[in-house]
Amino acid sequence: MIPGLKVLAPGLHTTVQDLGRIGYQAIGVPVSGALDSFSLRLANALVGNPQRTPTLEILLSGPIVEILADSVRVALVGEGASLAIRGMQSRVTPAGESTTVRQGDIVEIVVGPRSACCYLAVEGGIAVPLVLRSASTYVRARLGGFHGRPLRKGDVLPLVMARGSERPELRVPALLPAARGEPIRIVLGPQQEFFAPETVRTLLSAEFQVSKEADRMGIRLDGPPLPHRGGWDIVSDAIATGSIQVPGSGRPIVLLADHQTTGGYPKIATVISADLRLIGGCRPGDKLRFVSVTAEAAEDLCRQTERDFAELIAAIAPVAERGGLDQVLLLEQNLISGVVSGLE
Amino acid sequence: MDVRFLSAGDRALVVEFGDRAERELSERILGLDAVIRANPPEGLVETVPTFRSLMVYYDPLVTGRAQLEQAISGVLDRGDSCRSGARLWRVPACYEGEHAPDLAEVARLTRLTPPEVVALHSGARFHVYMLGFLPGFPYMGDLPEPMRLPRRADPRVRVPAGSISIATSLTAIYPYESPGGWHLIAGTPIRLFDPGRERPALFAPGDAVVFDPIDATAFASIRRLVENGEYAIESTPLVA
Repeated sequence: MIPGLKVLAPGLHTTVQDLGRIGYQAIGVPVSGALDSFSLRLANALVGNPQRTPTLEILLSGPIVEILADSVRVALVGEGASLAIRGMQSRVTPAGESTTVRQGDIVEIVVGPRSACCYLAVEGGIAVPLVLRSASTYVRARLGGFHGRPLRKGDVLPLVMARGSERPELRVPALLPAARGEPIRIVLGPQQEFFAPETVRTLLSAEFQVSKEADRMGIRLDGPPLPHRGGWDIVSDAIATGSIQVPGSGRPIVLLADHQTTGGYPKIATVISADLRLIGGCRPGDKLRFVSVTAEAAEDLCRQTERDFAELIAAIAPVAERGGLDQVLLLEQNLISGVVSGLE
Repeated sequence: MDVRFLSAGDRALVVEFGDRAERELSERILGLDAVIRANPPEGLVETVPTFRSLMVYYDPLVTGRAQLEQAISGVLDRGDSCRSGARLWRVPACYEGEHAPDLAEVARLTRLTPPEVVALHSGARFHVYMLGFLPGFPYMGDLPEPMRLPRRADPRVRVPAGSISIATSLTAIYPYESPGGWHLIAGTPIRLFDPGRERPALFAPGDAVVFDPIDATAFASIRRLVENGEYAIESTPLVA
């Protein structure tokens, strides 16, 4: 039998994602990939996978799966999220900790109240074919992932490994927090000159709210309109992830992982890469403010975020067993830190 | 004309050449793209040529806007001799019946006859400016002046895959069924995008495209060949 996860309930929008489809935007293929790439990488590190291994991205409401494999080591990452496991050893495992589930166990992924997304990594990864060098699902063109679509009831998601390896479970001391009301940092442009200075000031001073029009392509914000100074129909150019695009209505849209590669509306600003995960984790109704930084400062923040993340990965340690640490465990610690470091 | 460097966050730099869909701009943009692809600066992730700009994606862990701006400034307008590999494609196009739902309306709005619209469209050689909107969706131009129209006031929710469309100075082909606001004047049975092909998108920016009129019977037989993987679209190296 092929090892797998049988989907008993699919959740709202559960897709296979990795770090995205890089190098095909010139032919119109969006990057896709995780809305919160750091959480995906952390989940993979907790099960000993290379950080870009395909995982499940779970939005707003989680799936319930039955384990069709001897055993599977899994780890969930997402603030406040948890795994509710029913079986021989029923238990709740919090996000940020790996655990090994057995044949026939029923696992419910419970999304936390703060962050809209969480990531379930399985040791060895999900066995889906790479399309244009990525396992990421792009639903609009049915590319990648599990048949190019979100999971449905009755699907059996194939896994690479039939049983989890024999070694201690791992835990990270802290998760990456969801947005806590601190302003989202943006770089103005590339088309801020389509807006009057007072409109740019509105963007930087007003409070916006995430509307219900929110998906992996982008989130529309409610708040004061951002009128254009003149026309709004520009000749198409490329769109970066995090672009704040303002269509004719004046209602801004923050473009996320599945956004089109090009578009014809002015983009007043771009969310910095270090803060993309905060936007990706927003829920409808969440309130947002923006603050502007220079591109150079944003590049430094990107580097700092990567250094902080490396520290977090380095702090991953075995979960203490009931009997405390033993000799074998200490020996294996070395092994594990070798497994979890680095992107590959 | 001056080139402007504009930041699109901390991972993308816009090299903006202008604000119109024009051949002269496109040649400069595609020229720069070819130079950069032939000799990518350290930390370059990918490039996307568009009507008005070249988007340069980079990895801020390796490089930065300042270094890239310097590297790109040094190679601007060196691209004319670098563009090799462009092709001329002959695309079978059926301007009849269900494949051409807007042909009569386009003729009425442009005060041409339907055969005149077909003759103008199939008599022109189009330049592929860029791909976007959907995987493999080509923005091509320039349409002959008499057949230029604004987009439809009422976009369709469903445009069939293979629809050949026009709006403003441009023509395009929908690779997938999708919503769309352009006028549909013909259909092609060929497959514009297939991730399993060595060349997933049929056309690349800088290629040229000519439409060859076919009737509904030929459309059906070519479609069968395409479905069986037995159809090879005609193309030749493009000599500029």
